[in-house]
Amino acid sequence: MLKSRHLLGIADLGPDEIALILDTAEAMTEIAARPIKKVPTLRGRTVVNLFFEPSTRTRTSFEVAEKRLSADTLSIAVAQSSVTKGETLLDTVRNLEAMAPDMIVMRHACSGAPHLLARLCRSVIINAGDGMHEHPTQALLDAFTIREHKRRLDGLKVAIVGDLLHSRVLRSNVQLLNTMGADVWACGPATLIPADLARFGITVTTSIERAVADADVVMMLRIQHERMHGHFIPSTREYYALFGLTPERLGRAKPDVIIMHPGPMNRGVEIDSEVADGPHSVILAQVTNGVAVRMAVLYLLAGQEGEAD
Amino acid sequence: MSGTRLLLKGGRLVDPVAGRDGEFDLLVEDGRVARVGKLLPADGAEVFEVKRGWIVAPGLIDIHVHLREPGQEHKETIASGVRAAVAGGFTAVACMPNTDPVNDHPGITELIMRRAAAAALARVYPIGAVSIGSKGEQMAELGAQKAAGCVAFTDDGRPVASALLMRRALEYAGMLGVPIVNHCEDPSLKGDGVAHEGLVASRLGLRGIPGVAESIMVDRDVALAELTGGPYHVCHMSAYQSLRAVRAAKDRGMTNVSCEVAPHHFVLTDEALEAPVRYDTNLKMNPPLRGTADRDAMLDGIADGTVDVIATDHAPHHADEKLVEFDNAPFGIVGLETCVPLVFERLVHTGRITLARAIALLSANPARVFRLPGGTLAPDAAADITVLAPDAPVTIRAAALASKSKNTPFDGWQLRGGVAATIVGGRIVYRNEGL
Ligand SMILES: [Zn+2]
Repeated sequence: MLKSRHLLGIADLGPDEIALILDTAEAMTEIAARPIKKVPTLRGRTVVNLFFEPSTRTRTSFEVAEKRLSADTLSIAVAQSSVTKGETLLDTVRNLEAMAPDMIVMRHACSGAPHLLARLCRSVIINAGDGMHEHPTQALLDAFTIREHKRRLDGLKVAIVGDLLHSRVLRSNVQLLNTMGADVWACGPATLIPADLARFGITVTTSIERAVADADVVMMLRIQHERMHGHFIPSTREYYALFGLTPERLGRAKPDVIIMHPGPMNRGVEIDSEVADGPHSVILAQVTNGVAVRMAVLYLLAGQEGEAD
Repeated sequence: MSGTRLLLKGGRLVDPVAGRDGEFDLLVEDGRVARVGKLLPADGAEVFEVKRGWIVAPGLIDIHVHLREPGQEHKETIASGVRAAVAGGFTAVACMPNTDPVNDHPGITELIMRRAAAAALARVYPIGAVSIGSKGEQMAELGAQKAAGCVAFTDDGRPVASALLMRRALEYAGMLGVPIVNHCEDPSLKGDGVAHEGLVASRLGLRGIPGVAESIMVDRDVALAELTGGPYHVCHMSAYQSLRAVRAAKDRGMTNVSCEVAPHHFVLTDEALEAPVRYDTNLKMNPPLRGTADRDAMLDGIADGTVDVIATDHAPHHADEKLVEFDNAPFGIVGLETCVPLVFERLVHTGRITLARAIALLSANPARVFRLPGGTLAPDAAADITVLAPDAPVTIRAAALASKSKNTPFDGWQLRGGVAATIVGGRIVYRNEGL
């Protein structure tokens, strides 16, 4: 059982709950292997995917997970324009609530938006990424993928490299991996390191060589082109020269290192194509596992309401 | 008020300017202090029985409030703002010019003063804009504004970003004998930040505003105040680096530099953003709640005399405007009615400062910095008086605030120390019936 009604962030989960979600996801992978990939778990339940920020990947992954659990789903992409027209988040959600959804999967550009929603509406809220804060299901699917390949999380050296400042993937992963006993290293340009990041209980470095050395897992973060104008980095060319994951740099890692990326990738900016498509890459496995992990989360939170099947 | 007489009988009278602290009665005649003495006869005057343990202080003055009128009357009006002021123990407030339109013109100053006179509760001293529209481009007609009643100038809500404009404003205002008050914040360092840059903002994924975004401008302004000799006052100081800059200026003898701190900056830190309610927009203010080192520096500055004034930065916002994502909420909280209990609870009852120092920070010093009447109960001073009940238990109830807006993070807080009565010009304008 999960303690909270909602999944707002990894910050709210203890190690037992994380293990429960990962174990449940393991059982869910079996469903994907069946000829008819569907179970009646969420039959009669309504799940709304409410995306205030475009994300084909995450939204599709949730939709597939919901359909495999037989939920009635509704996906709404809220254009930023309707927000600028003065319609508030609350207006949107009150309209939705009139349709009595059981769960709302929400993606929003503002940190804490799902927390506001959880305070003010009846539905179970699943955070599908809020601002620069958390992306809990991404961290869970990353952990699932690591466990699949390494059989454990504790004691592994995990290097997270890229735009640390703006990354919700970083924040969720750091908390999850810390909780599960991994040795987490975060690496990025000094301009893209959040204040006091070292106080998260991890090692922070600006040297990708040090971060990658003897790593079991290298997790690359996306560099966003729109960040180029905040004086964060001089150019993508220089970024690649200093922080790009090249085959040569990867050579410093453990021989069985795995490479992860939450996608979409900027090839030749944060990662060399040879590495992205190489034998160490588990990037496509992450996508597959995303569905199982999201099924597990939906299943466990539905159970919170009292009746799972 | 001609012919009215009021005798405040009993209680402890504390007047830091007159150096008086003890059991005295106070007689008011025609809106002015007539006599201060032991066991004065009533002689037909209306008698206000000051209870044992209560304090008779010079009327409190808040030099940093936003009254929102004209233009944003859904947040506050001058009438509701002065009701909140007197309920908070303030006999006078100075109101910021970031109304709509901006108070950059004598016509607007006069409108504010007319509305304030009609409300007839606290005294209202308008603050004019430094630049037209507070745009930071062209200096407003400071002379005309002063003639209309402005007591200081600021572009508050925004900094005076141009060093040249700041220099000229200090020179010009120095000539007029009126202070320039700056909301210190380097725009490029603040960026689109919404919370103090530090561990908490990093954890919550909120864009940070570093303490130096403030202090870098305090440093600049102190240098310009030194160059020009103009009277300079730092608004709502929040960062330890800013305090250090002001302390250094005072240590080298600059008497034209002063600063204020708001109660939330000496009571709260950014940790409040994480609990009990994460992302509570009633904790979003500018400057933001800062770290423990900053909060402690404000307490030290209040204790050692570096801080001249406690001002509330009363910034009312409608509930609907705050009921949005943290990024999208406006900055600011109401402060007029929570100030006195917070000062008692955190500064006086903890023994950090004396009662006399607390009263000076809230009355004599704001009067001195803004060159306002008041701040003392010497004979012939205006009879602006605040009666304080230092030991009274107070529970802050947002819904019960007199302000039109209820955006306070202190809802439900149980504190010790309140306001028993507020007297303006010899007239009792607020009385706490609960005491
Ligand atoms: Zn300000």
